Amino acid sequence: MRPILRSLWPPLLVLTVVLGGWQLYVTAAGVDPTTLPSPARVVEQGWLNRQDLWDQTLPTLQETLLGFALSFAAAWLVAVLLDFSSAARRGLYPLLVASQTIPIVAVAPLLIIWFGFGLLPKMLVVTLTTFFPLAANLAAGFAATDREAMRLLRSLGAGRWWTFRLVRVPSAMPYFFAGLRVSITYAVVGAVFAEYAGAEAGLGIYMQAQKSAFRTDLVFAAVAVTAALSIALFGATYLLQRLVLPWERALKEDRSS
Amino acid sequence: MSSLRIEGVGKSFGQLEVLRDLELAVEPGEFAAVIGPSGSGKSTLFNLVSGLDRPTTGRVLVEGEPAGVESGKVAYMPQKDLLFPWRTVLDNTALGLEAQGVGKKEARRRADALFADFGLDGFQKAYPSQLSGGMRQRAALLRTVVLERPVLLLDEPFGALDSLTRTEMQLWLAGMWQRHRWTVVLVTHDIREAVLLADTVHVLSPRPATIVDRVEVPLARPRGADDFTDPDFASTERRVLDALRGTTAVRTP
Repeated sequence: MRPILRSLWPPLLVLTVVLGGWQLYVTAAGVDPTTLPSPARVVEQGWLNRQDLWDQTLPTLQETLLGFALSFAAAWLVAVLLDFSSAARRGLYPLLVASQTIPIVAVAPLLIIWFGFGLLPKMLVVTLTTFFPLAANLAAGFAATDREAMRLLRSLGAGRWWTFRLVRVPSAMPYFFAGLRVSITYAVVGAVFAEYAGAEAGLGIYMQAQKSAFRTDLVFAAVAVTAALSIALFGATYLLQRLVLPWERALKEDRSS
Repeated sequence: MSSLRIEGVGKSFGQLEVLRDLELAVEPGEFAAVIGPSGSGKSTLFNLVSGLDRPTTGRVLVEGEPAGVESGKVAYMPQKDLLFPWRTVLDNTALGLEAQGVGKKEARRRADALFADFGLDGFQKAYPSQLSGGMRQRAALLRTVVLERPVLLLDEPFGALDSLTRTEMQLWLAGMWQRHRWTVVLVTHDIREAVLLADTVHVLSPRPATIVDRVEVPLARPRGADDFTDPDFASTERRVLDALRGTTAVRTP
């Protein structure tokens, strides 16, 4: 637990200083709260509207998790395909890279036209924003497998599938988690953005409504919830990594001793 | 029937001729060393014996059958220990058995039975990162030996260790061989290692490689640290060295 605290206090300190400065400035200069509310006001109003915020958070969280699950499945499928077939690698990979240049801003409204205001277009936006870092890292992880290790297993008579399971998947895990952390930070933002483009509920639509009502304080409160969600998901990847890769801890303990 | 018989083997990769008319035989229970200058095609020879590659000409026979991965007659131990960091030591040593289709439980049981003999008892549940270099090599050898294949092929098994640990491991292997009498082909570039461990040292020429000398090691078994100072040890080392230098001297203008 102690290393976590040690890595947490510096950013918390910076955050406190920034929020403190903000509070001081707003109070001292008497800024209109519809322009820039003070952090204290954001917290206070956010708390008063907690039921509302919570009700809007749930759909966003649902879109995020379902979209990310879809992205996760697609990334594994594509990465495995790229690893097993060099034809797929040559044909698909450049297109995947190119797909990253498509602006989601343009695509999100189209998805709404095609699939309506329901859950699916939001899931797809989350998938589109998070898929690539996952798939690319996973494919790179498979490809980075020690060639000597592959040779050893082949000499033992292990087939393609066995070597994949026994060596390529475990060696790709550190890469996979690197990709997971990058993409999970995009996931919540992706969902909020999709709601911006058109939705019936969610933090994105909530922000939009509060902005139109000049409730800047509640916009900030919703932003804070979005950030908290992202950080929580980001933290969860570390927990997952500890569970899935227990050997990494042995490695670290060994290095620090 | 010889355990390993290499008959007139040549191997070329495109224009590059790596092996030419190579002859070599290893009898059951024999410890053979193959030594050669770097780039002489040791690893090519090695791939042929382990069955990962096929000769261009000639035949490689293991117990009378053409060498092939499918025949499962050669167990190979690479220079890098290749213990997987995500598996415990026990699971690493059971890996070879698992890869060849033995059930996980049975594979573990068979590997575990050898731990004491290999001086690894108590480390079954440790991860490889928690072992010393010498222990890691012993675990890698255990993973190879537990397969119970007729021929053990060791590719510079101690090449990555520091000199002191390497000597320790060579003496340890000499002791282990004494008790188990495996049929071993040791590929190395360490003359001392070859002479200490082997019954016969086969000397390779530079590319295209062929056997230029076959040195019988006259030292009695069991062998140990005392052999390093034996006059026969020194003279055998000298003979191997001369054979190696003779091959390079011919080719340097």
